[in-house]
Amino acid sequence: MISSIVSRVKQKQIAQLIAKGIRLDGRKLTDYREIKIEAGIIERAEGSARVLLGKTQVLVGVKIEVGEPFPDVPDQGVLTVNAELVPLASPTFEPGPPDENSIELARVVDRGIRESKAIALEELCIKPGKKVFIIFIDVYVLNHDGNLIDASGLAALAALLNTKMYNYELENDEIVRKPGYTPLPIRNHPVAVTFGKINNQLVVDPWLEEEQVMDARLTITTDKNENICAIQKGGSGYFTTQQILDATKIAKEKAEELRKLVVEP
Amino acid sequence: MSKPEKLLDKKGLRLDGRKLDELRPIKMEVGVLNNADGSAYLEQGKNKVLAAVYGPKEVHPKHLALADRAILRCRYHMAPFSVEERKSPAPSRREIELSKVIREALEPAVFLEYYPRTAIDIFIEILQADGGTRCAGITTAALALADAGVPMRDLVVACAAGKVDGKLALDLMDLEDKYGEADVPLAMMPGINAVTLLQMDGSLTLEEFQKAVKMAMEGCKQIYEMQKKALKAKYVAIKEEIQE
Repeated sequence: MISSIVSRVKQKQIAQLIAKGIRLDGRKLTDYREIKIEAGIIERAEGSARVLLGKTQVLVGVKIEVGEPFPDVPDQGVLTVNAELVPLASPTFEPGPPDENSIELARVVDRGIRESKAIALEELCIKPGKKVFIIFIDVYVLNHDGNLIDASGLAALAALLNTKMYNYELENDEIVRKPGYTPLPIRNHPVAVTFGKINNQLVVDPWLEEEQVMDARLTITTDKNENICAIQKGGSGYFTTQQILDATKIAKEKAEELRKLVVEP
Repeated sequence: MSKPEKLLDKKGLRLDGRKLDELRPIKMEVGVLNNADGSAYLEQGKNKVLAAVYGPKEVHPKHLALADRAILRCRYHMAPFSVEERKSPAPSRREIELSKVIREALEPAVFLEYYPRTAIDIFIEILQADGGTRCAGITTAALALADAGVPMRDLVVACAAGKVDGKLALDLMDLEDKYGEADVPLAMMPGINAVTLLQMDGSLTLEEFQKAVKMAMEGCKQIYEMQKKALKAKYVAIKEEIQE
């Protein structure tokens, strides 16, 4: 990945403003950018959603196929999350096999959904040990303006809530489609909240220019019961114990706000 | 390995007889490979980890070099025979992610600005895995960096805490990680209270998470003392050799 350059003047400006509790784009330290969620915009996919987080734009498509289960969990469906940092989204994204950034993004989104048991995978078994449904969640980053993790997590959740499965019956172990659809069984609503550490202060939802000057990143994913289900630290800096504790508390509140945007409309 | 009926016995002891807040037996040795600029070997329970550092050295390919500091590169890799079912030697998505978070756990410690236009390469090989290998890898790599004479703010040390059968426990082994309720790996520089790696999977309340962090930090501090001892041991050995 080609790194981009931020001028020293701007770095200083961002840091100085944050010391005063304000940000370059006028937000407070714990404010998110404006969030827009549109679900069901790709008709070919079983589920889909697009999330706009400020200018960051992420499209998630859910496809369902029939395949074999993992041998250690023969009676459960399979969940697969993949992320593409599409080259049209940023001058720093290049075509080619997934790099460590897209793999990390996919795995952090995956961890939130998997560890919160968001999808009732046990209900996606067709024939134990032989046939199960495989849920493919494909995260497609269309415009990169910072905080891809939270935008992707929201879009994935919105897409899952929008996913419909066709009805079927088993005849001689073969799937026969029946008319009508049922929603994918969703049991939990994980929401990721990401912090940047700039000038030793935590800011919520860092946008691109803040990401370029921040020392470290911390993502905390909480479920609808307010339990923490996934955490990921990134970036080449560190956090103090106090900062981690502060972040978990803020994450809980912010996740609740975000969850309402996805789950209730 | 199939799921054990219980992860804790009636006395509250774990499958390998440990108490909840007890580390596995740990052995460390520094300077074990003669070609590397620095190296270390660690055993933590059944984990066997080898780490080597090459550099600071010229960067290849050249366009990766930075004008104002060194670049740190890290490869975490598991041997095909390190786990129950043979693992393909090609890097998996898990290994790519871990290589990234381990690099980011070590980076805050290293004075990269002392060596502009150079690269420092860290190679971590998991020879045998039994849970908590990313932490063991970080602990070993920090020793190898110190052995290579790379200036650092502090040693980085890592340890995980988690939840098994409803109780918080230190330094989970593979079975506990797999069938337990949560795992929180943490790396830190104990000297300056800086957490440089933090991950979690599973489910914990806020309060449990805070306790798990504290527990992992206590574990880190114990391992930190062993790290310092292992580093000193190398030089004591050299001194004795010279005196002979």
